[in-house]
Amino acid sequence: MTQVQLAGTGMTTFGSHPDRTGRDMFADAGLAALEDAGVPAGDVDELFYGNFVGTLSEGQGHQGPLMAEALGTTVPSRRIESACASSGLAVHDAVRAIRSGESDVVVAGGMERMTNMGTAGATKGLASAADDLYEVRSGVTFPGAYALMARAYFDEYGGTHEDLAHIAVKNHDNALANDHAHLQQEITVADALDAPEIASPFTLYDACPISDGAAAIVLTTPEYAAEHDLEADVAITGAGHGGDTMALHDRQSLSKTPATRDAAVDAYDDAGIEPSDISVAEVHDCFTIAEVLALEGLGLYSHGEAIGAARRGETRRDGELPVNLSGGLKAKGHPVGATGAAQVAAIATLLDGTHPRADAVDDATVGVAQNAGGTVASATVHVLEVME
Amino acid sequence: MTDVTNGEYDAFLEALAAGEGYYRSCENGHGLLPPRRACPHCGDRNLTERDLPSAGEIVTHTTVSVPTPQFEDDAPYVTAVVDFGGVRLTGVVRGIDQTAVEIGDRVTATVESNETDGERTIVFRPAE
Repeated sequence: MTQVQLAGTGMTTFGSHPDRTGRDMFADAGLAALEDAGVPAGDVDELFYGNFVGTLSEGQGHQGPLMAEALGTTVPSRRIESACASSGLAVHDAVRAIRSGESDVVVAGGMERMTNMGTAGATKGLASAADDLYEVRSGVTFPGAYALMARAYFDEYGGTHEDLAHIAVKNHDNALANDHAHLQQEITVADALDAPEIASPFTLYDACPISDGAAAIVLTTPEYAAEHDLEADVAITGAGHGGDTMALHDRQSLSKTPATRDAAVDAYDDAGIEPSDISVAEVHDCFTIAEVLALEGLGLYSHGEAIGAARRGETRRDGELPVNLSGGLKAKGHPVGATGAAQVAAIATLLDGTHPRADAVDDATVGVAQNAGGTVASATVHVLEVME
Repeated sequence: MTDVTNGEYDAFLEALAAGEGYYRSCENGHGLLPPRRACPHCGDRNLTERDLPSAGEIVTHTTVSVPTPQFEDDAPYVTAVVDFGGVRLTGVVRGIDQTAVEIGDRVTATVESNETDGERTIVFRPAE
């Protein structure tokens, strides 16, 4: 199987950019990734582009060709939509394109423009990742859905809102060094617990912000990288994609995420690694409980154990397994369609030493990125490794 | 209220409102809400219609303070997942003090209008 070299990464600052068009943000990230890779647009064979609510926020369908144009090419492209896992899936499918031998150079990435929709509009847009008939019409919001999972988790395994607050504090702290982050604001456990409630047990600080932004990566074959003398020290060695029912009530368990587990099993098998080989992770913490569910789904913790990981310090910057050194969705921000690609870019730069938090993991050779759609009805997992 | 209908979902709400709620069950006992032609858990297509039990138990709940626009005037409200033994439903809890809702509470399912735009909503009320 062809190895997949990660040759370049690029992203916009995540944040509130209501006046920036999607095509401009994706051009910013995509051209930066091509420049970082040292690859001309003319060598790109395909674009895999993730986006969730672009038809609502910009009234713009058929975004694939539009975004390819923004990079200076008219190569084949497609817009991939899997809610918050849209660009994780774009990376996944881009990996398959390289492995199949169909393409030598691909761009994978994503963009979301959300703040122009206002809080109510964005809340409605995000809720569309749940089952419209049987969940949204029954009052489920996106924070509400994860709050239902959090309460079920507490009931099954124990845990408190204070445990979740430690996750928010950790991820906010990690983002302080990340100039691409939406929120560079130190918070305390008391701040998180005392913030206004959005969906019990969650307060404002359990939730990621509504963000605008774009991210992109450039993947190539080893032959292309060697021929063009690219600096591509990191490879994507494992890729997995899992699924589950849309509605929470149709699942066997409300406190487990089998889509992440299935994606992880495939990705680890692909890469020939075990969870114990992983030294750094970027996981989908759209809400604090989601980091817990992700770490357990990834097999990095047993069920019921990850809830205390941040409080105990294990997943902090100086812990055994730093998680979300970028700040995570929680503080780096969550421009939905850009998130999965941004996570892979974060792991790549943490491994190659160019991320502002790379010194926390200077010996790391294996990292993992987990991206989830909706309440994890879809999930992707990618294993990245430093190649000798 | 909109004039657009959603086939079997609307038929299900009408039955639930009349106290004649139902669900579908596959041969492996997976409970499903209409419309379903195949079980997502096992692929079975031999689905049997069964009566929804009159009461179920809350398995998880949340009080939503930041709603979608369609529940703007309802907030804060409680949304819960209720296990009816064989099938689970999601709906809005009414008739119990919001701070007193607990996992394990016994409730019945019905259909009522939401306060924002009058749309029909699955509602749980305390069982007798």
